[in-house]
Amino acid sequence: MSEDSAPISPATRVAVPVALGIVVLVLWEALVWYLAVPKFVLPAPSLIFKSLAADYPSLLVSLWITLRITLMAFFIALGCGVALAVLSAQSRIVEISIFPYAVILQVTPVVAIAPLILIWVGLDHVDRALLILATIVAFFPILSNTTLGLKSVDHNLRDLFQLYGATRWQRLRYLQLPTALPYLLGGMKISGGLALIGAVVAEFVAGSGTGAGLAWRIVESANRLNIPRMFAALILLSVLGIVIFLLMAGLQNLLLRRWHESAMQRER
Amino acid sequence: MAEQLDAAARQLIEVSGVAKRYAGGTLALDGINLSVAEGEFLSLLGPSGCGKSTLLRLIAGLGAPSAGSIDWPRATYDASGQPDRSIGFVFQEPTLMPWATVFDNVFLPLKLAGKTRRESEAAVIDAIEKVGLGGFVRSYPRQLSGGMRMRVSIARALVKRPKVLLMDEPFAALDEITRMRLNDDLLELWAGRGWTVLFVTHSVYESVYLSTRIAVMGARPGHIRDLIRVTAPYPRNEAFRTSPDYNEFCRITSASLRAAMAGKDSTP
Ligand SMILES: Nc1ncnc2c1ncn2[C@@H]1O[C@H](COP(=O)(O)OP(=O)(O)OP(=O)(O)O)[C@@H](O)[C@H]1O
Ligand SMILES: [Mg+2]
Repeated sequence: MSEDSAPISPATRVAVPVALGIVVLVLWEALVWYLAVPKFVLPAPSLIFKSLAADYPSLLVSLWITLRITLMAFFIALGCGVALAVLSAQSRIVEISIFPYAVILQVTPVVAIAPLILIWVGLDHVDRALLILATIVAFFPILSNTTLGLKSVDHNLRDLFQLYGATRWQRLRYLQLPTALPYLLGGMKISGGLALIGAVVAEFVAGSGTGAGLAWRIVESANRLNIPRMFAALILLSVLGIVIFLLMAGLQNLLLRRWHESAMQRER
Repeated sequence: MAEQLDAAARQLIEVSGVAKRYAGGTLALDGINLSVAEGEFLSLLGPSGCGKSTLLRLIAGLGAPSAGSIDWPRATYDASGQPDRSIGFVFQEPTLMPWATVFDNVFLPLKLAGKTRRESEAAVIDAIEKVGLGGFVRSYPRQLSGGMRMRVSIARALVKRPKVLLMDEPFAALDEITRMRLNDDLLELWAGRGWTVLFVTHSVYESVYLSTRIAVMGARPGHIRDLIRVTAPYPRNEAFRTSPDYNEFCRITSASLRAAMAGKDSTP
């Protein structure tokens, strides 16, 4: 955002991108008709929406399956990440023993470990494999951000807590966790998106379990050259990603707006 | 008055042969000997970087001296060998928790001592009103000016009614009028309660106005150059500020400070 521009009202903030979107859709529609692009290369928006309307029962089921894995992976990653970060903030030994493995888990491409996980959980439990893979992808930003946050405590405040004889628990609860909160929320924002990406990529690699998620719908539609349906599934994925992002941004704003620089309205 | 009583019995803090070398190699203090009597108002006066903050922190038990010892002859020692100091500490910076309101910041020492909000409310509000911030109980530190934040920090130090108050240039950031008012308030609190105050300042005028005794410090390494007893009677007020006595003490103290600062250059 540039500093010199006049303040932009929330209504404009929504209206302008929406208007741009509509212009692009209309252009797209017109060009597809005008150039007679085959629908298995680039379907017109109208066709995509028709496909979305026609297939929405099966697409919604897939959406729910993907959403469920994403949410579960996100919350498991959140729980484990925060727990491990708190643990490593308590003891330097724990920290230096855990961290290398967390990094290894992070840098190893999830695609490469998918077959292994699949064998471990058994081929009849593919959804478990998807959950594990998505969790691995979502886990690291939570761990590393929370760890950094727990360490970023103001030194004088730490001294103050020492002066007043704070216990380890009081220091964690009233000093370290509040300090870490903005970092954790930043991590959660990244992690929410990564959990979705993890769920989709894992399904591409490992296939689908008992029910087919959105990734599987995309693969299936491609195989059948049903490109409008593929686009429909893609749109649902993007909408899901956007909703997750907005929810995280909203949470961040809700928790930080009264005190943290990142969420404060600047008055001049 | 303190000096009329048996000095040895009234000694509250005994600093003997204290040196402090930081990990970086800086010798911040060397050969510090100082006894603080109960009920005394002792100022540490010296140029920037002469180790005033370092000495105050050592006395508070934040960090250990590299040589020498700091004893609290009259305090009871707990199981871990730490004296029960019962001190209030005002840092050079406000050191407030940005996520907590003024009330919660001032409440902190009581909370850490296991007191509930309800039973502390009166004491917290009282401390906040003493520093003139009665209307800002629900504000966040971000919404306050620098001087107001400092006053919150002072309220926090007062809330537990400590017997010893350690203050590190608490009024340095305040305007002249507020500073004088807070000086008077501080003297009033001190006179009424039989407290002991250790007060770091770099203002000759402030130290003379407030103190029973002034320790003039020099740098490289930090040492105590002179101990000046300000024998003028209390209560001190505007009349004292304009008296010949006051001027004379300021002259003596200034001369000592100038010598201490000159000495810094002759003894590298
Ligand atoms: N944490 C630290 N690590 C290393 N050196 C330090 C540290 N704190 C202070 N020092 C050094 O110790 C010396 C004394 O510092 P100190 O903060 O006690 O000075 P001061 O008298 O309080 O100065 P001021 O009036 O500017 O606050 C300085 O030379 C400083 O560089
Ligand atoms: Mg200082």
